[in-house]
Amino acid sequence: MYIIIVGGGRLGYYLMKALIEEGHEVLVLEKDARVCKTITDELGSVCFRGDGCEASTLAEVGTGRADMFVAVTGDDEDNLVSCQVAKHKHNVPRTIARLRNPKNAALFKKLGVDVTVNSTDIIIEAIEHEVPTHPVTQLLSLDEKGLIIVDVKIPARSTLVGKMVKDLPLPAESKLALIIPSKGSAHVPVAHTILQPGDQIIAITPSQHGDALEKLLRST
Amino acid sequence: MNILIMGCGRVGARLAAMLDENGHKVTILDTDTYSFRRLPASFSGTALFGNGIDEESLIKAGIETADVFVAVTQGDNRNVMACQIAKYIFNVPRAVCRIYDPLREEMYSALGLETLSPTKIIGELLKEQIEGKK
Repeated sequence: MYIIIVGGGRLGYYLMKALIEEGHEVLVLEKDARVCKTITDELGSVCFRGDGCEASTLAEVGTGRADMFVAVTGDDEDNLVSCQVAKHKHNVPRTIARLRNPKNAALFKKLGVDVTVNSTDIIIEAIEHEVPTHPVTQLLSLDEKGLIIVDVKIPARSTLVGKMVKDLPLPAESKLALIIPSKGSAHVPVAHTILQPGDQIIAITPSQHGDALEKLLRST
Repeated sequence: MNILIMGCGRVGARLAAMLDENGHKVTILDTDTYSFRRLPASFSGTALFGNGIDEESLIKAGIETADVFVAVTQGDNRNVMACQIAKYIFNVPRAVCRIYDPLREEMYSALGLETLSPTKIIGELLKEQIEGKK
């Protein structure tokens, strides 16, 4: 695949290295001549000096044949505009923007950016996962289907311990997908599976029922 | 009219003062309160510290009741993003955007934003001034 990355900062640099290792054709657009030279000295001619928001620069680097366009500068507005130029002027099929402000996700989607990634949310999720007092972690959100996948640990004194899966008042359209017991191997729950203290459950639920599911699985 | 201006530079401050004098209700936003020195002493509108690409700041500045939003900061991309927030998130009836880069201006104009490129306009005016009007 031909992948264009806007922004040769730390994120852009490591992303480029990873993608090159996977065998993709990668080009980084970077405004700062010094940063560009450092990259070129190390990795060869994979960095083009220019403004990734300018249609003419994007034309010069053949954005029209790019399969993917990734904007990872430190400014949300620059990432938005470069993705919009790539999409509207050069018809790139897939545009990805890094976000600094998580609140911009909805706007970016509305304005035609295909995927947004924001480090704040990822770091918060990772930290929440490590904090034992926070037993529910959202693992993934399937935005198009409006579903989320969560990871819940059943507390030892939970009222659900000893109950069968079929007897749980799960919110509509919610499913328990996997149980990872504190001892033994993971298994797919069936109607007669009995919940044990310390079970870790991977569940899928519509995003609007996330809170209800959490409340149920953590009730003590 | 309720008018919200983002960016209190020379253009923003001058526009705010003129609209204020004409009796409009003007609010002007800037990320540097020092910029507000450009507003005349007679300015009766509101000058607010805040970032025009931050939804909370915009709500504080009263974007929900604004009739017109004007983006005149130094950054083309910031102006474009702010105007799109005004237009598509807050449904402001009119959002006017300054974009220095003529190519970007053409693209966003084609995408339905109300845009002005000072580069194009001043270039044209200077050319006329030099060659004389035909």
